[in-house]
Amino acid sequence: MSLGKDLTGLEHMTAGQIRLILDTAEPFKAVSERPIKKVPALRGKTIVNLFFEASTRTRVSFEFAEKRLSADTVNVAATGSSVSKGETLVDTARNLEAMRIDMVVIRHPSSGAAEFLGNRIASNVINAGDGKHEHPTQALLDLLTIRDKHGKIEGLKVCLVGDVLHSRVARSNLWGLTKLGAEVAVCGPWTLMPRGIEELGVRVFGRIEEAIEWADVLNVLRLQLERMEKGFIPSLREYYRVFGVTPERLERSPRAITIMHPGPMNRGVEIDSRVADGPHSVILDQVTNGVAVRMAVLYLLAGGRAELADAAKGGSE
Amino acid sequence: MPRPKVEERTTLLDARAMSRALQRMAVEILELAHGTHDLLLVGIQRRGVELAERIARLIEKEEGVAVPRGALDITLYRDDLGTVGPKPVIGETHLPGDLSGKHAVIVDDVLYTGRTVRAALDELADFGRPKRISLCVLVDRGGRELPIQADIVGKVLKTAPGDRVDVQVEELDGRDQVDLVR
Repeated sequence: MSLGKDLTGLEHMTAGQIRLILDTAEPFKAVSERPIKKVPALRGKTIVNLFFEASTRTRVSFEFAEKRLSADTVNVAATGSSVSKGETLVDTARNLEAMRIDMVVIRHPSSGAAEFLGNRIASNVINAGDGKHEHPTQALLDLLTIRDKHGKIEGLKVCLVGDVLHSRVARSNLWGLTKLGAEVAVCGPWTLMPRGIEELGVRVFGRIEEAIEWADVLNVLRLQLERMEKGFIPSLREYYRVFGVTPERLERSPRAITIMHPGPMNRGVEIDSRVADGPHSVILDQVTNGVAVRMAVLYLLAGGRAELADAAKGGSE
Repeated sequence: MPRPKVEERTTLLDARAMSRALQRMAVEILELAHGTHDLLLVGIQRRGVELAERIARLIEKEEGVAVPRGALDITLYRDDLGTVGPKPVIGETHLPGDLSGKHAVIVDDVLYTGRTVRAALDELADFGRPKRISLCVLVDRGGRELPIQADIVGKVLKTAPGDRVDVQVEELDGRDQVDLVR
């Protein structure tokens, strides 16, 4: 089993491939705990982090993952690069490739940008978020965090709360969770729910209280404030009052609900500070796991010639 | 039409012979390290870890002193990711405390090309600076591709590149046995 050349999304991956990444991430967690947080697995590989959108957590997480595997990395941001002079995405990537790179990690505001690029260059491409499409490594680190906390994913009830409509994190989570056998629900104002989502076998809750009653895990999505003017919600205060995840609401749950958030958080909007910092929050574990999951993805793709990976599996210890 | 190749399996060490070999290796380690002071056994995943455990217990029985042991998975230190692809399951690496000033004895089941040992030396260096590192293997099958040799060997044999040395240990395989498969 291998991952192929690129990681563009979880939609077309198999449950086996997703499990391979999660299992491979386990030993990488330990690497970050060592006195020398570095292994030579990707020595001599060159990786470009091509970020056309603002990002701190994801970019830094990828950069740590790359450096801890001994790869050489270059960061390119859209502002201050030739992109702002009107160069196309493919031209940018082809120019980078002419400098003999091995992998590209791309974040881009257009859905499908990672796959588009992957089909046009020979380097491995990893999607670090493309428009409203997918953010596969975020979903993978969410899956790993859930598995750490609950020991399994199959049969768990996971509810994505908030702006599901605009969220690539939600989309990747939906694919990953359903493939691994979790029950998935969404909860939020109907203006932020994608139409026809029930057809994917996803339960829809209109009230946060119902979601809390049902769920083992709440993955609270960031309310994308930049979309506020477009009239999706009346006001932030109104949103907090109706959908905010608060200790008072959680107290009514029959079980201790695991609280997740992909960040950056709007404290006091989608999530109350007492919940974000509370005993059932695994928000910082998600960040820690992010580095391990990204190391696993880079490692698996770097040696990712299908026939070779299969041979390695059937070979000796 | 080519006939299917028939595997020919010869037993090199049975359980009793393997037990005697391990006894002797334990004594030789004690001689080499001048006792158990500063001694540390590091097994290479997977069967090296079991063998290190076995030898450590023999030393403890002999000397009445606990010998610290660690485990090393060298997968991420290999130099062949591009040719054989990623190994799907990576084992645990743990070392007991600081290695500085210690005499670390690397324990593995089979010594062949020497590439695993090369990787293990690199990995150990990332955990500290032992005052000495020695190598102890159950079987030395020849065929080295690097200038590496073992200090302590259970059994030496000549093999051809297509041969396989199959080490089984009680803890993982249900019995102690070393076979040559050709």
